[in-house]
Amino acid sequence: MQDRIALLAIRLADDHLVLGHRVSEWCGHAPVLEEDLAMPNIALDLIGQARSLYAYAGEVEGKGRDEDMIAYLRREREYTNCLLVERPNGDFAETMLKILYFAAYMEPYWQAMTGSKDETLAAIAAKAVKETAYHIRHAGEWVIRLGDGTEESAGRMQAAVELLHPYTAELFENDDLTAELANAGIASEPSDMRAEWDRTIGAIFAEAGLSQPDVPFPHSGGRNGEHGEAMGFLLADLQHMQRTFPGASW
Amino acid sequence: MGADVLEETTLQKRAWEAAASVPDPEVPCVTVADLGILRSVTIEDGVAVAQVTPTYSGCPATLAIEMSVEAALRDAGFKTRIERVLAPAWTTSWITEEGRKKLHAYGIAPPQESSNSKRALFGETAVTCPQCGSTQTSCISEFGSTPCKALYRCNDCKEPFDYFKCH
Ligand SMILES: [Zn+2]
Repeated sequence: MQDRIALLAIRLADDHLVLGHRVSEWCGHAPVLEEDLAMPNIALDLIGQARSLYAYAGEVEGKGRDEDMIAYLRREREYTNCLLVERPNGDFAETMLKILYFAAYMEPYWQAMTGSKDETLAAIAAKAVKETAYHIRHAGEWVIRLGDGTEESAGRMQAAVELLHPYTAELFENDDLTAELANAGIASEPSDMRAEWDRTIGAIFAEAGLSQPDVPFPHSGGRNGEHGEAMGFLLADLQHMQRTFPGASW
Repeated sequence: MGADVLEETTLQKRAWEAAASVPDPEVPCVTVADLGILRSVTIEDGVAVAQVTPTYSGCPATLAIEMSVEAALRDAGFKTRIERVLAPAWTTSWITEEGRKKLHAYGIAPPQESSNSKRALFGETAVTCPQCGSTQTSCISEFGSTPCKALYRCNDCKEPFDYFKCH
């Protein structure tokens, strides 16, 4: 069971590290000062959550890997993040929507995990659930403001919806790992989050005047390490320091 | 044996006092004990073991706090070890009454319950101005100068102020 817990922790950590990295790319480029504070703060939350999870995964898998080794010294196919989070940032509307889509999934997930039989995962979740609620509020406000804004902002927001919606189904995919851990009372099945996600997104979209498109062919594969083109470039950036100076720390 | 126990109790008290006096690096008006970040200090085989808990997942000060506690104990003459504990998770309710008073006196509004609801889009929570006590305040930015704070403005006295987010 310990190795299964480590796999789940790494999967969750990969989602958070990759999204955290993407959001951190906005540092110094946000449209207003408040956003230039908000973006790195959100990135810090996500990367902090990833750190706790990687450190715990390293501890339970017992292979002598620390959080940096797992985070920085794997190959692309070994990352099991969902495809949504690795998407390039696009414009501000797209980034905010991506943060919202992910946070609306994670909030009920963390909430459920606070009752996990694994004490460490429950403690990580107890912190993360509050941080995630902030992300929903912040990104949700922007999705409403832009969706219900000018013709230009509404058009961009709806375009972001068309682009990113096909990546959301992957969030709710169950597999052998999630089934096993759900049976053991460690973590919920991703599909259990669907109803709450629909409620959160539905309420925000109603205020924003946005509509959810039909998605005949949703994207998937990240959980098996099958990533899009953007992932390699992201990892080149993310891993540069550790690859160039192995073991570097400060 | 009675003397040993007494000795250990005194040592433990001295170690706690040394560790508890460490100020928070980002909010130096309060100590790590005021914030509830320092969970315990015990003496184990002559080593002062301090349990420290992180506040926010991504708090960049966590390591700085651990190093400061370690240094304070060393300066007080202890061999020391720092343990990072995650469970039970820290919340703002761990902040002591003394800590809340110090925050307020420093000009930071202490955390208020129920201000962190996911449904509270456009944040409609009454945060009290630490300068004039008015509840007519508005949130300028959910994300302030550090991960633990949001930026507010008082609509009456017009002063901007930090709000220690409820967590
Ligand atoms: Zn005032």
